[in-house]
Amino acid sequence: MHIEVTVNGTKHAADVEPRLLLVHFLREVLNLTGTHIGCDTTSCGACSIVLNGRAIKSCTLLAVQANGGDILTVEGLAVGGKLHALQEGFHEQHGLQCGFCTPGMMMTAYAFLKGNPKPTEDEIRWGISGNLCRCTGYVNIVKAIQYAAEKTGTE
Amino acid sequence: MIPASFEYFCPTTLSEAIALLQKHGDDAKILSGGQSLLPMMKLRLASPPVIIDINRIDGLSYIRESDGYLRIGSLTREADLDVSGLIRSKYPILADTTSVIADPLVRNSATVGGNLAHADPANDHPATMLALNAEIVATGSKGARTIAIHDFFTGLFATALTPDEILTEIRIPVPAKRSGGAYVKVERKVGDFAIAAVAVQLTLDQNNSIQKAGIGLTNVGPTVIHAKDAEDFLVGKIAEPGVFGKAAELAANASQPSSDLRGPAEYKRALVKTLTVRALNRALERAKGGN
Repeated sequence: MHIEVTVNGTKHAADVEPRLLLVHFLREVLNLTGTHIGCDTTSCGACSIVLNGRAIKSCTLLAVQANGGDILTVEGLAVGGKLHALQEGFHEQHGLQCGFCTPGMMMTAYAFLKGNPKPTEDEIRWGISGNLCRCTGYVNIVKAIQYAAEKTGTE
Repeated sequence: MIPASFEYFCPTTLSEAIALLQKHGDDAKILSGGQSLLPMMKLRLASPPVIIDINRIDGLSYIRESDGYLRIGSLTREADLDVSGLIRSKYPILADTTSVIADPLVRNSATVGGNLAHADPANDHPATMLALNAEIVATGSKGARTIAIHDFFTGLFATALTPDEILTEIRIPVPAKRSGGAYVKVERKVGDFAIAAVAVQLTLDQNNSIQKAGIGLTNVGPTVIHAKDAEDFLVGKIAEPGVFGKAAELAANASQPSSDLRGPAEYKRALVKTLTVRALNRALERAKGGN
C-alpha cells in the first residue's frame, strides 16, 4: 500500500506491506534509528514518537495507519543544530545512564509539556508512567523534564 | 515481532465498513485503537486474514448528553475521556476507570468501544459499564440495534455482536440526583491488568436509603462479573458500614478468580471484598455531593 507521511517536517512516500509496524518503517525504511525498539510488547515506551500531536508507541501502530500523518521523532527535536530544551535538560541534569529509553522519554515529555507546560513533579511522573527506564534513573529524568519546562516557560 | 500478513481495508464510511464485514465474515477483524489487537497479532495469538481499520470513519468520536443518555462514540480515545470536563464533573466513575487503563501513551490510541468489544475480562470498562447499566449500540447491515450491557458479554473475548456488526455507541442513562460511582483497581504496576478491580454505582433517596445499586468486577472470572446478589442486598437499605461489609462479602462470593502470576484465588477474592467496601464508600461520598 502506498503511504505518505511527514516526518520531522520532511514528506516521505513509500510502498509498504500493511503489516509493517510504524517503528520498523521509521528505522528500516527511513533509516531514522533514533527511535528504539525495547520490549516490542507495548510496555516500555522506548519506541515513543509523536503522531499528530499525541505521543504513541510506534511498535503498536501500523505504518499504514500513519498515512497522511505528521510525525515527530527524536531526530526532529533539535532545530538548526540547536538542542531542544528537553535535550539540553537531559544533558544538564544527567537524565540518562545507558540512554536506551531516552528518545522515547523525550518524545513522551515533548507531547506532555505541550499539553501541560507547567507540570508538578507528580504530573510529570504520571505523564511518563508509560515509559520505562531500565537503569531506574527516574529522579534525573524528572529533573530534566522540569528543566525543559522552566526553560521553555522563560523563553 | 511482526504480525502475519493480512489484507488491509481502510473504509471512510460506516456502510462501507459493514459491507466489508459482510463480505469477509469471520475472516475480518475490526482495527480500532489497536492496543490489544496489534500486540495479539505480533505475538501471533491472533492472525486475522482481513483487517478493517475504522479509524478514518468520521462521526464515531464524541462524548455528549442527549435524550437522557450520556453517549460515547465507540472511537472515542481513552485520553479524550480522561480530559473531558463532562466526564470529570458528572461521571467520576468513568474518569476513575479511564485513568487506570494501561498507560498514558496507550490511552492516546486506545478506544472505549475497543475496550468493550474486545471483551477481555481483564479490561476495565466492562465492569464500569455494568455498574452504570449501559447499553451498547451495534450497527450492522440491518441497521442499528441496542444491546443491554448485561447481555453483551457472552464469554471470554466473546460478545453478542454478530459478524457484520460494529459497536458504534455506548449509552449510559444520565444518573438521577444523589447518584455516585467509583472504580477502584489494584494493579502490580502502571500498565498492568488488574489483580482485581471493582466498579460501583449508587443512587440514594433523601434518607440515604439505596434506591439503585450497580456492581461489576474486573478480572476475577472468565468474563466481567455482575455482582447481582450484592446489588439486590443493597437496594432498600440505609447506606452504612455494616451494610457495605455484607454487600462486599456477597460480591466476593460472586467472583470466580483463578490463581495465576497476579496472585492466588483466595487473595483475589479477599481483594474483591476490600475493594468493594472502598468503592461503595467512595460512591456514597460522591452520591452525597462530595467528590
